[in-house]
Amino acid sequence: MAHHDHAHDDHAHDEHHGPEKGIMRWIKTTNHKDLGTLYLFFAFTMFFIGGLMSLVIRAELFHPGLQFVDPEFFNQMTTMHALVMIFGGVMPAWVGLANWMVPMMIGCSDLALPRINNWGFWILPFAFAMLLGTLFMEGGAPAGGWTMYPPLVLQTGNAFPFLIFAVHLMGVSSITGAINVAVTILNMRAPGMSLLKMPLFVWTWLITAYLLIAVMPVLAGAVTMLLTDKYFLTSFFTASGGGDPVMFQHIFWFFGHPEVYILILPAFGIVSTIIPTFARKALFGYDSMVYAVASIAFLSFIVWAHHMFTVGMPLAGELFFMFATMLIAVPTGVKVFNWVATMWKGSMTFESPMLFALAFVFLFTIGGFSGLMLAITPVDFQYHDTYFVVAHFHYVLVPGAVFAILAGVYYWIPKWTGRMYSEKWGKIHFWLSAIFINITFFPQHFAGLAGMQRRVPDYAVQFVDWNVWSTIGAFGFFLAQFIFIFNMLACCYGWFGRKQGLPDRVWEGAHGLEWTVPSPAPYHTFEVPPVISDNEVTAAHDSVDALDKHKLS
Amino acid sequence: MKMGRLARIAAGTSLALATFVAQAYTETSGGYNLPTGVTDLSKEVHSLHMLIFWICVAIGTVVFGLMIYSIVKHRKSKGHKPADFHESTTVEILWTAAPFIILIGMAIPAAGTLIKMEDTRNADMTVKITGYQWKWEYEYLGEGVKYYSTLTAESNAARQHDGNGLLSGAAWAKTFSKAELEKLKNVDGGNYLVNVDNELVLPVGKKVRFLITSNDVIHAWWVPEIAVKKDAIPGYVNETWAKINTPGVYRGVCAELCGRDHGFMPIVVRALPEAEYNAWLAKQKGGEPATAAAPVAAPNEVAAAPATTATDAAPVEVAAAPAAAAPAAPAAAKDLSKDELMKKGEQVYTANCAACHQPTGKGMPPNFPALVGSKVVKGAPAEHIKQTLNGKGMMPPFKHLSDLDVAAVVTYQRNSWGNSSGVVQPAAVAAAR
Repeated sequence: MAHHDHAHDDHAHDEHHGPEKGIMRWIKTTNHKDLGTLYLFFAFTMFFIGGLMSLVIRAELFHPGLQFVDPEFFNQMTTMHALVMIFGGVMPAWVGLANWMVPMMIGCSDLALPRINNWGFWILPFAFAMLLGTLFMEGGAPAGGWTMYPPLVLQTGNAFPFLIFAVHLMGVSSITGAINVAVTILNMRAPGMSLLKMPLFVWTWLITAYLLIAVMPVLAGAVTMLLTDKYFLTSFFTASGGGDPVMFQHIFWFFGHPEVYILILPAFGIVSTIIPTFARKALFGYDSMVYAVASIAFLSFIVWAHHMFTVGMPLAGELFFMFATMLIAVPTGVKVFNWVATMWKGSMTFESPMLFALAFVFLFTIGGFSGLMLAITPVDFQYHDTYFVVAHFHYVLVPGAVFAILAGVYYWIPKWTGRMYSEKWGKIHFWLSAIFINITFFPQHFAGLAGMQRRVPDYAVQFVDWNVWSTIGAFGFFLAQFIFIFNMLACCYGWFGRKQGLPDRVWEGAHGLEWTVPSPAPYHTFEVPPVISDNEVTAAHDSVDALDKHKLS
Repeated sequence: MKMGRLARIAAGTSLALATFVAQAYTETSGGYNLPTGVTDLSKEVHSLHMLIFWICVAIGTVVFGLMIYSIVKHRKSKGHKPADFHESTTVEILWTAAPFIILIGMAIPAAGTLIKMEDTRNADMTVKITGYQWKWEYEYLGEGVKYYSTLTAESNAARQHDGNGLLSGAAWAKTFSKAELEKLKNVDGGNYLVNVDNELVLPVGKKVRFLITSNDVIHAWWVPEIAVKKDAIPGYVNETWAKINTPGVYRGVCAELCGRDHGFMPIVVRALPEAEYNAWLAKQKGGEPATAAAPVAAPNEVAAAPATTATDAAPVEVAAAPAAAAPAAPAAAKDLSKDELMKKGEQVYTANCAACHQPTGKGMPPNFPALVGSKVVKGAPAEHIKQTLNGKGMMPPFKHLSDLDVAAVVTYQRNSWGNSSGVVQPAAVAAAR
């Protein structure tokens, strides 16, 4: 920014500030919008690949018996599906949305560390090429589950070092993204954008960034110990050498539980942005939303062992982790109640982003309920490692995190491309997704309760009904997503005669700085910090007179 | 709802289509809830589960009810004007405190049950359970009774993958074939994948302490009807317990991913009245180790009740109980013909070796080496016998097999799949022990 000593008009930027032509634009870019786009394209590619893997899983499970794949390959599919969806799909999608929206929401021209931003993205294709490449190696891909528990994971063949290195690279990428977002939010807000005026998406991302910085190194440490256990004769996790296999689980879940909030907190932010827009009413309890997110983030560090109640912890440990886990229901409940209160007596319309946001509230809450049930240790002994758990975490991750990502893309794509998506196809996409996702995952609650364990390629005949439903739902959901892809690509490329020419404020009830710049957003926005109008930045969540109460920064 | 006509048609059609396909391919309904189980604790766990479930339903009804009401009433298309309230400290405190109180209401009974579950003192007897890739070993501590328990040969044969891939029409035809499903339904008397050669036999009315550990990777021993799930971890001995109230057969599975055949190491607990249990135990002590008989005796003729739930709750005729102690050893001293050894060897191989080394003998390199053309198999018989008895690396020892079984399986390996390295007699195995 230093060379911009002249006053600059956002609306008519000079040609030399525009993007480079051709492929080099994308390889060399340090522009937050370009990188946001790259991250999103990458994430959706990974969603597609991970989705194909889930179809292999569901095809095999349609009926009992082994029709399609060897059990070993099945285990490779479950392992890779998780790694690809979590590290390749949801996390990059959030970084992509943060890239696009955080600078535009807080009124700065780009992220604080644009070159690191480029590097952080371009690590990912290599990391995943390496991870996916293991599918073609002797012994196949990792098959010990995405949780990589030793000693099982140490039986991985040639894929093992590639798995570890790929995880390291993903971690590096996440940490660069997280540092970048945190530094940007803390240092580059436009004058007048105090912390408690920030949109909730910015808040949730700030907290997510801290979670990432805190736990990704823990994961890196854990997998490095696995690596030395396998190749350098250490015995961190090998009982016969004096090590402790359970210690890995403690370390892994100390990363893993905050990780699940990394996947969901930005979703809270998006839903808290979309509901007020389409209810035409300020977000209810903005402050309590911020405190709730912060409390959830704090609690996420002291509940990890609820993933491992069956390892045989001391009673005191089991009680502590049960109580701590149950506590999470409190701030999560506050969030849901606030969303409902925001809708209450609003003036709602139901465009695609709103439909996905509302489905999020319904279905994430169902995932929350099963989460509460899982917190109860004595009953968790029965639920643990069954399809009940599979149903639970897919409810919070698919109609949870993924629906929020879809909602966010629908909400902002008119701003990004200047073209409106087809509302008709958006609605069709929504209803197909909402119906099929429930057909996929709801029956899994029953299969799990009835006794079907996780991560098996074949099962006893009495579980067949639930699995038939689940497989039908999975194929339906997968196919329905192509509607979305075409709808969005049509906005990007102007297919089907879609014309630009939307107003700055695409949605009637939308508030926030991103709606004060043209649609499509110019390549550079806010090169000169905007003058913050309290009416703009706080209308979505607070009234002007209420602001006096919290003049924080 | 202002839902486009097309969206409505799409939604309706997709539901109808899904229902149609599901109708065509679903079968009798299995269970859909946790079993109440047959111990005092499993009943407590079940009521806790239902309590929490109904609390969730109640909260859900209120929250979803308000949401739906709001979605129906407070919409722009009905001319509803937005209100401008957006904050209320009172309400926030209220809906922070109320859930907190509900949670305390759940935590107290949950803690009570948990404390009882963890109290393993004053047990009447102890069974040590060891997980292996992919079978269980049960040892009655202080009784000198110890045996392995694996998936039955019948289920094991039925679950083999025939090598067709996702692009194979035959595989898809098999998937959608009702006849195939019917076949599986009849495997193991309706207990496909949840039947074992040697059941864990326990007395009812006694507090049985389980000591659970593993020989290789982490497994988890889970029997839903007695509400016991505990990880089997190498280097750890975990404790838990159960006191079964009702005689019967209770089926469970390994719940922790333990490698390729994680889905194929089920658990069967047979609870007998005390007298019958004692008779069984006496027989075990006097007779052969149970496993020796396993591959020979067909254990599958036990109760052929349809497996609509994971349990055959019907009381049990003891006579048909575990396929134990069928006399198999007398032949051990004599020399046998190659055909006899091969025939028996194939049975032993299927039950004990095929999971890793594969029915084809090709193994799964690099973890599970091929036996086809293997140095050990083609080399001196002594080394081959030694490795079978003592194991090597990840391979567990098979000392518990009889001399005849070891001789047969070694002979089978040396003369199958193009191998041709001669016959091994039981005497050679006895000498190698």
